[in-house]
Amino acid sequence: MDKEYVLKMENISKEFAGNRVLKDVHLSVKPGEVHALMGENGAGKSTLMNVLFGMPVIFNTGGFEGSVEFCGEPVVIDGPQKAMELGIGMVHQEFMLIPGFNITENIKLGREITVPTVASQIFGDELKSLDWKQMAKESREALDTVGLGIEEYTLVAGLPVGYLQFIEIAREIDKTNIKLLIFDEPTAVLTESEADRLLEAMREIAKKGIAIIFITHRIDEIIAVSDSITILRDGSFVARLETKETTAAKVAEMMIGRTVEKLVELEDVGRHIDSGDVVLKLRDYNVEMPGEKVRNLDLDVYRGEIFGIGGLAGQGKIGVPNGIMGLYPASGTIEFEGEPLNVNKLGDALKKGIAFVSEDRRGVGLLLDGSIEENVVFTAMEVEDRFLTNLGFMKLYNAREAKEHAQKMIETLDIRCTGADQAAGRLSGGNQQKVCLARALTMNPRLLIVSEPTRGIDIGAKKLVLELLVKLNREQGLTIIMVSSELNELRSLCDRIAMVSDGTITAILKPDDSDAKFGLAMSGVKEVDVQ
Amino acid sequence: MTDKNTSPLVKPAKSGLLSVLFDNKVIVLFIILCTACTLIADTSVSYIAAEVFTRFGRNTCLVLALIVPCLAGLGMNFGIVVGAIAAQIAIFWIVHWGFTGIEGFLLCVLMCTPLAIFFGWLLGKLYNNTKGAEMVAGLVLAFFADGVYRLFVLYIIGGVIPYDDPNLLPRGFGLRNAFDLTGNIKYALDDVSFLVTLRLLFIVTILGELINLIYQKKTKGKFDQRASLVKIIGAAVLLAVSFLIGNLPIVQSVVGGTRLRLTDALCIGAVVAVIYLVAKLLIDRRAGREVNVKKTVLLCALCVAVYAATYINAIYQITQAVQLPALTYAIIVLFCMFNNWILGTKLGQEMRTVGQSRAVAVSAGVNVDKTRIIATCISTVLAAWGQLIFLQNLGTFNTVQQQSNVGLYAVAAILVGGANVQKATNKQAVIGVILFHTLFVVAPLAATEIVGDSAISEYIRMFISYGVITVSLAMHAWKSVKSRHSSGKPGKSDPEVAVIEAEAN
Repeated sequence: MDKEYVLKMENISKEFAGNRVLKDVHLSVKPGEVHALMGENGAGKSTLMNVLFGMPVIFNTGGFEGSVEFCGEPVVIDGPQKAMELGIGMVHQEFMLIPGFNITENIKLGREITVPTVASQIFGDELKSLDWKQMAKESREALDTVGLGIEEYTLVAGLPVGYLQFIEIAREIDKTNIKLLIFDEPTAVLTESEADRLLEAMREIAKKGIAIIFITHRIDEIIAVSDSITILRDGSFVARLETKETTAAKVAEMMIGRTVEKLVELEDVGRHIDSGDVVLKLRDYNVEMPGEKVRNLDLDVYRGEIFGIGGLAGQGKIGVPNGIMGLYPASGTIEFEGEPLNVNKLGDALKKGIAFVSEDRRGVGLLLDGSIEENVVFTAMEVEDRFLTNLGFMKLYNAREAKEHAQKMIETLDIRCTGADQAAGRLSGGNQQKVCLARALTMNPRLLIVSEPTRGIDIGAKKLVLELLVKLNREQGLTIIMVSSELNELRSLCDRIAMVSDGTITAILKPDDSDAKFGLAMSGVKEVDVQ
Repeated sequence: MTDKNTSPLVKPAKSGLLSVLFDNKVIVLFIILCTACTLIADTSVSYIAAEVFTRFGRNTCLVLALIVPCLAGLGMNFGIVVGAIAAQIAIFWIVHWGFTGIEGFLLCVLMCTPLAIFFGWLLGKLYNNTKGAEMVAGLVLAFFADGVYRLFVLYIIGGVIPYDDPNLLPRGFGLRNAFDLTGNIKYALDDVSFLVTLRLLFIVTILGELINLIYQKKTKGKFDQRASLVKIIGAAVLLAVSFLIGNLPIVQSVVGGTRLRLTDALCIGAVVAVIYLVAKLLIDRRAGREVNVKKTVLLCALCVAVYAATYINAIYQITQAVQLPALTYAIIVLFCMFNNWILGTKLGQEMRTVGQSRAVAVSAGVNVDKTRIIATCISTVLAAWGQLIFLQNLGTFNTVQQQSNVGLYAVAAILVGGANVQKATNKQAVIGVILFHTLFVVAPLAATEIVGDSAISEYIRMFISYGVITVSLAMHAWKSVKSRHSSGKPGKSDPEVAVIEAEAN
């Protein structure tokens, strides 16, 4: 029996409907160490944690392969309850706290200390009264452990986000026999100084002998706080490193490191991009999009280029186009072809010649029950009064013109359908995306913004959509901004790629820059410093 | 990290009279309305005061039934109508069997409780299937239950269920339209004198403490034995005194009658309060606890002032006109104590958790559906008892439609008191009942004075009830929006806003 590790997961594999999301992954954590678990979005971090917690999502889909040892004993964790009994705790990313309760009530939630009374003897344990003194005392101890000097009777509502995180941690620590604590991207919502305090608290907790798994994508934090690192990439185990023996650049390279296969063959037709001809200019640009906030972003997009915006989920890259289109409140200087854009007026961007293909295809992108024809002409009809017969006192829908146009689009974009009257919701993902593009092109835009164009569509269709974008750019000289989480995609067709982290641009890179540069920029390390 | 206490983590509370007024603006609005109507209505204050105190005793228990489900996240429980129905069904049989007085009343309580639990269970099931729309579901269910009840009253009684009483069933089936409780359970509670109420209180205290003492001894729980013994002995002494002096003519005339005059109540209250305050001060000082002499003196002065005020002729006239039913008022206090007690138990903590966030409650291992059903049952049972208290005071009721507006009036009253669909307290219920029923009494009078026609008073009352609900909900929404703006961030964490906005949509 190996008692050296508190947790040892070996050869973990997991399949979801034939899709292998984890391939022979190892994870081992020693008592009292801070172990970082790293990887891009979709690298398999959450699935691995779901396996560890025995989440129903794992067992309902056929379980997993591999073995789990806890404190040297092989264990079968078949539910979150079992994980809790073993002493595994989780600090959630979104807070499971009740604002209307005070800190003690929150820490002791569901585990209240009770005193039996006459009524509880007759009517059952539910009517036991609560021992507030004892509850407050134990909460105080837990708060002291995490170093939060706040009064335990304070109401949670109105406390800063950073405090909530600490209260959440205190709740986990207060559970008896806690041996392993998992932090799921705890610093994502914190300010820099709060994050520093959290890291400090993590070290304090580790000193008490509790092992910590720290899930994050911020390389600098990992270098600062962790003892060892496990890196996952595309569901595979890459390496287990001792932090002392590695560098930030090396970790970044391992996280990204894949051979870039060009998804699209680019033919250079000798085009010239003039960096003086700015189509879109953003200065001090802010967008209040929940979960995708943009802060003080500066950006220039040149005429005729394909400009990529990449970065991890939740860092703000999606917020950039949504702010320009006026879908979320935005502020700052926004100029399109030298003219200021009124982003507070919905539709101004559309009127001025910017078309947008939303990342939320089924939500805001398409009228799912509408026909292809309706979907294609809808925006042009609303914004530019096209496909309408003007009778003076009222406007009628010009069905013939619309149908002809839709037919033309179906042919040029090669939309596979039974006809222009098929409902858009019944098409495959790739063809739905083409319908969205057709609608955007109907506007005859001078700037096309596509957000996550390949999300949820299969690999063949992906290639077609990307090729279509390149064709539009090369043949019509259309300027395109492409927002995508798939770095590989951006690197195959963009001229320049901006990496967004924490709401702002960390670096603008060329597609053939090194993996390490991309990795560091993605993690928000501003000074790209590669040895 | 020890400097956290000093960091400006919580915004300093707004101070000043204006913000106090703004925070309580629903109450302020209704105080203004009541005052204005009283000034317009050309009626003596004595009459209004007497009416309001009577209505307070009659209605408060029904309103208190709303608190538990509100805190369990069910909003305003319009479904308390089913509790009222349970109470009325119980009364039909008790009257049929010929029980009268306090024993008839107690039998009603016994009989309606299981019925109310059953109805509450059904109602809770419905609420669990309509999460997020409980108020609408409750409102509609109240209409539905009303219909079923009418069918029951007009046909099933006598038609299907044997009920042989030619007095009440003139046609052989279906009850007569009006049910007279005179000689049955009318004033069954109200007529119990203050003296007897006190004796009951002492006996209950002695028995309760004895059971608790024995139980804690047996289980060896942490328990203050001395305090318990002091309570038992104290209550026993007072009980003995009450029997010793109970037959003196002076005592009989003051506290032995069926009603307690407000003048006497104020006098007794002032004396008891002063004794309590002084005793507490002395005990605290002996025990070495921190004492606030200034506060005690001020409070004593206030008691004396209240007592002295009854010597002013105008106030004396009013206090003489108001006659309080002692036991009914005691039961209102008991209802309040019950609400506080149940919310202090583990069950209550779970209810509040469910009310704040079902997702968090589930993750903390709380059985959300069960907790909600229990909360609904408690509410329904309290409402049934509340309706019994209501009817024994009223003395006669409309067999078919007495229950119809129970939910509406109760909800309107608690909202006037400053409650909202997320939070309600005993205090808000009490203040709400006083204000709402003052308006209920004076508004029709004022309207009659202006229009010169007394026929519109029923419409005025309907208008007030619905108006009150609309206005107070709108004002709460206003308050939430304002606090959201002042905090400068979207009210993501403000469930009240979410609820109200959801309703507005």
